[in-house]
Amino acid sequence: MIVANKNKIVKLAENLTADEQTSGRSLWADARTRFMGNKAAITSLVILVLIVLFSFVGPYFAVWTYEQIDWNTMGSAATLGMPSIETGHYFGTDDLGRDLYSRVIQGTQISLMVGIVGATIAVVVGTLYGATSGYIGGRTDQIMMRIVDILMAIPFMFVLILLLVVFGRSIIMLFVGIGLLSWLDMSRIVRGQTLNLKNKEFIEAAQATGVSDYKIIIRHIVPNLLGIVAVYATLLVPGIIIAESFISFLGLGVQEPKTSWGALISEGAGTINYDTEWQLLVPLSFFIVTLFCIYFIGDGLRDALDPKER
Amino acid sequence: MNHKTIMQVENLKVHFDVSSEGDMPWTKRKKLQAVNGVSFELKSGETLGIVGESGCGKSTLARAIISMVPSETGRVLWFGKDLLALQKTEMRKHRKEIQMIFQDPLASLNPRMTIGEIIAEPLKTHYPKTSKADIKARVEDVMNKVGLLENLINRYPHEFSGGQCQRIGIARALILKPKLIICDEPVSALDVSIQAQVINLLMDLQKEMDLTLIFIAHDLSIVKHISTKIMVLYMGNMVELAKSEDIYNHPRHPYTQALISAVPIPDPKIEKNKDLILIEGDLPSPINPPSGCVFRTRCKKAQDICSQEKPELKEAVSSHEVACHFHD
Repeated sequence: MIVANKNKIVKLAENLTADEQTSGRSLWADARTRFMGNKAAITSLVILVLIVLFSFVGPYFAVWTYEQIDWNTMGSAATLGMPSIETGHYFGTDDLGRDLYSRVIQGTQISLMVGIVGATIAVVVGTLYGATSGYIGGRTDQIMMRIVDILMAIPFMFVLILLLVVFGRSIIMLFVGIGLLSWLDMSRIVRGQTLNLKNKEFIEAAQATGVSDYKIIIRHIVPNLLGIVAVYATLLVPGIIIAESFISFLGLGVQEPKTSWGALISEGAGTINYDTEWQLLVPLSFFIVTLFCIYFIGDGLRDALDPKER
Repeated sequence: MNHKTIMQVENLKVHFDVSSEGDMPWTKRKKLQAVNGVSFELKSGETLGIVGESGCGKSTLARAIISMVPSETGRVLWFGKDLLALQKTEMRKHRKEIQMIFQDPLASLNPRMTIGEIIAEPLKTHYPKTSKADIKARVEDVMNKVGLLENLINRYPHEFSGGQCQRIGIARALILKPKLIICDEPVSALDVSIQAQVINLLMDLQKEMDLTLIFIAHDLSIVKHISTKIMVLYMGNMVELAKSEDIYNHPRHPYTQALISAVPIPDPKIEKNKDLILIEGDLPSPINPPSGCVFRTRCKKAQDICSQEKPELKEAVSSHEVACHFHD
């Protein structure tokens, strides 16, 4: 009786002071606050957003399109194709007299798209595959993970190059190739984490209640994995961009007249002896700045989501 | 209160395969006998306390009853229906009648879900068509019952203390109005003052909702407080099963006697003068249990027959079962 009355009093006091149903601070909200406090990560995020915005807004300020050839500068890029506001070639021209400003914008779009699509495929496929494998365990786990091992044993670059050679150079093929292989590491990491989570009591509680395996994976395991997945995905994006750049550098990536950072860097590197260093430096600085930003964001995310590990 | 039998466990055995270092895939695995032939009957409204030292198979027994751990032999009759023989999907339907409360209050709650979502989960699982308003009303109702404020519904588990977390766990177990709740050491992770609160809450709820409890603990005084019947386990074997006060006042098995004598008495004069029965030696390996009576290696009364013949669980006096050749 006394307990009941006391409860009522406590409740009354609580009602007077706190408003109804204050929402709690979720782990995500906590992580967001920590992330906001990380200056390097926030600066990187701002720069990255500016770069993305530039790739969408930039074309409105362009005088030339990315495939138009300025016949005046063609052949004399070193003298007439210098970066200048008067000619409308803000970043100069390339060897063929095309506007580098427009081409860098085009390249930024393609490279970021490849990175993001590749990472998305890796996140979705890798997370579900790894979580399923780890949660079910036993023989299923063995078989699923040996498949990953076998796929991993195949040299990634070799397969990608082969795909592009056999099926022709197209951006779709590039996505397929990168998507096929990028989820392997992710699924391994996720599986390891799932094995860890699987023995937690809240999973057991869900099993005892009769929640189906599918719902346990979706509702209990995946949300608890998202922290590590988010971190790993941000670190995966640069890897994929580099892979695409390498393929494009080899001349197997995107098709002319479209371009990407890797292709631009390759062209710029080819003409470095002709006093046209901007052809290399402009795409290269975009490339490096973006990768730096993404790595810093990934680092910031890791610190924010896993404060204990610092 | 009508004392209808709701659950009968008959000769339940759980064995685990243990692989040791250097085993080849074809080597025969060693058997670890976690639960070895446990039988009991549970009547509606009763509380069965299960005690025993760490690793004696208490938790495994609880998990085997609701087939979370596969059992070797035996039957678990739930209103006459053998739960162990059911298909997985059919078993799922019965899960709403038997709920469980866990040892570590915080670990048993998903850190990414609000407590409203956590408590509502069993309801959503078994009655997916319940409307949102209904769910909320039921959750708030059950939160009230366990003494949690309704306005905490959107909070996350890490914002609560251990005792509150255990209340959330209890609320989750109660929301489906189950008939049986299995409490797996629900208070061992809490400090003493909170232990009392949680135990009293459980007892109040039991009266109010006509619950049957299986209460696992290694603290005899708590078990005595809440249980109507107590089962003592030693290395997966039942050594004694009797009414709570009988076990406490007249323990008949040497192991139980030692356990009871170890319970501190809150009176320094008596405590000082009581003779403590010490159990010597270590717990034998469950992979290679002693022949005959499992307790004989540490028992003062052990004689030749103990190593040859395993004592059956027999009624010493009415409703007091003991498994010992030389019980008191």
